[in-house]
Amino acid sequence: MIINFLFAAIKAGCPLLFGTTGEIMTEKSGNLNLGVEGMMFMGAFVSFYTAYKTDSLALALLAAFGTGVLAAMIYALLTVSLMANQNVTGLALSIFGAGYAKFFGESMISKAGGSPKLSESFIKSISEQPLPLLGDIPVLGKLLFSHNPLVYISIIIAVICTIYMSRTRAGLNMRAVGESAAAADAAGINVYAVKYIHICLGGGICALGGAYLSLINGGGIWNNSNVVNGQGWIAVALVIFAAWNPAKAIFGSLVFGAFSVLQFYVPRNIIELPNAFYVMLPFLITTLILIITSMKKTKKGVQPAGCGINYFREER
Amino acid sequence: MLKRLVTLLLIVAMAASMTACKKTDDSKESGGASAGISKDKIKVAVIHIGNPADGAGYTYAHDQGIIAMQKELGLADNQIIRKNNVDDTDAVAIKTALEECVEEGAHIIFGTSWGYMDMMAEMAEEHPDIIFSHCSGYKSNDKNFNNYFGRIYQARYLAGIAAGLKTKSNKIGYVAAMGKDNAEVTGGINAFAMGIESVNPDAKVYVKVTNTWFDPTLEKQAAEALLDMGCDVIAQHADTTAPQLAAEERGVWGCGYNSDMTKDAPKAHLTAPIWKWGAYYTAAVKAVIEGNWTNENYFGGMGDGLVDISPLSENCADGTAEAIEAARKRILDGYKVFEGDIFDNEGNQICKEGEFLSDSDITGGKMNWYYRNVVAE
Repeated sequence: MIINFLFAAIKAGCPLLFGTTGEIMTEKSGNLNLGVEGMMFMGAFVSFYTAYKTDSLALALLAAFGTGVLAAMIYALLTVSLMANQNVTGLALSIFGAGYAKFFGESMISKAGGSPKLSESFIKSISEQPLPLLGDIPVLGKLLFSHNPLVYISIIIAVICTIYMSRTRAGLNMRAVGESAAAADAAGINVYAVKYIHICLGGGICALGGAYLSLINGGGIWNNSNVVNGQGWIAVALVIFAAWNPAKAIFGSLVFGAFSVLQFYVPRNIIELPNAFYVMLPFLITTLILIITSMKKTKKGVQPAGCGINYFREER
Repeated sequence: MLKRLVTLLLIVAMAASMTACKKTDDSKESGGASAGISKDKIKVAVIHIGNPADGAGYTYAHDQGIIAMQKELGLADNQIIRKNNVDDTDAVAIKTALEECVEEGAHIIFGTSWGYMDMMAEMAEEHPDIIFSHCSGYKSNDKNFNNYFGRIYQARYLAGIAAGLKTKSNKIGYVAAMGKDNAEVTGGINAFAMGIESVNPDAKVYVKVTNTWFDPTLEKQAAEALLDMGCDVIAQHADTTAPQLAAEERGVWGCGYNSDMTKDAPKAHLTAPIWKWGAYYTAAVKAVIEGNWTNENYFGGMGDGLVDISPLSENCADGTAEAIEAARKRILDGYKVFEGDIFDNEGNQICKEGEFLSDSDITGGKMNWYYRNVVAE
């Protein structure tokens, strides 16, 4: 029972982990991109369409990543080069992305004459299978080594991002830009290049979360109404929960994933709570975390100082 | 400011509707549409919560009904007005959609989602010469506004037979959109459970509530939780195919809803309770054309051809077809499903031998109990 619950929690948390890791990457370079939801939508559609046409998981993921990069590039162009307001641009990207997926989704459905379904061989390639050897370990084998491939990819990306941010030169430069673009500029870092690269990378990772939603959660059928359904916004909240640290985001997305499936695993005959309570829970926890972190006086685990502020070189 | 504007608009609308009332006063007996409308002039509007292009599910089923009506009566494409993706919690969107239908000259407007009810009631007062017909609600007026729904529980009973014969673990999962206090969902669960019990008294129904009519992710998660408990048939009162796909992924079976989901989950699906809305839409539009539409509420059943189950798939157990045929015959001969000795899962007697539940007990607030083989944990 508990194992099943945790297993379901990991699955539910996986798309959030992609979104959160991508957004942390973006915010650490000093940009608040509220377009996570939109980039996930775009990734969801493009990956589904690619999978539908080519039957290749690798191509589907690459296409999703590429779309996320392109979408984030629009954002970067508007905010970094053209100095548009970051919040508004991000919101616009969210709305645009949702419209993009629904527009092309509908045309895909009408072309296919009914909801298109991914091929059986493709669905098999993304199904949950125990890894050889590791999958045979009792309890842990089921819990950690019997997932679909995207779960491993999400964790690997989060780990790589953590190492990149805290252990490499380029990661240090990125964090410097995020804290104080002017100081970084004075130190000889190419602020614009750093921002562009990390916004785009972050967008690509977010879009993979969308791919998870359409390929895995959709069960092989495209759902045109609301494939992302607010997961992008939860990812933005999770960034705060994870204190801008991808490693903590692994834990955070597990917790949020657990909350989202908790209502189905709590024995109703023992604990009777209204469903609305479970829906509310993740946001309640985020609020509590915000209060606690704002009470702490340390500088660790807070939003990068330059996040949300555009950098005008001429106004240094 | 906005409030004043709305009040002002309402006053204008009221004034307009009053004059309109006077005009039709002499022929009021026959309801909103008085003299009938010629077949090539009538305009039929329908407001959908989703998009028929989705190819399955609730909106698709309704639109298939509209298309059937259009074919049956021979209406041209431009005589059908569709408003898709009208959020049923967004009063402004509903009002806009309804007003557009009025402006485009609709004679009858079908609203297919529960949440349209209040706004349709309001608009029906403003436009007494247009017929408003609302699906699944309980409101109506005495001239041009009625509601329509059907005895889908009869079809659920039949689907229960297919599920009861198929299960090996004797655990049948049910992904429910709403909790016990929603009569539509709960009545469906109970009829399904009674169908199961009629062929397999040992089987239990396990219910998980998603609290939403449409959320593929949540519906799939609920189905997976049920599968984790050992259920080997997944039934659903939910709009998407997600629960059936979850069942297919695990190599077990399921009963869909709204439209035939065999095409979506060919290896898992047994049969689905389905709506054939065309039966009502055709009758209603025909009545408008002939000028004999009445505001009587419509509650059709299997006998009217409004509800049925989709063709049994090859996944069904042997003998399913025969058992279902026998039950279908019983229902058509007058078996009411909610009749005779009925106990809920807390041991209370709901209905006594020789008695049956009235329609208002089936669709109203009294349908807030689970049948004795239902487990909600």
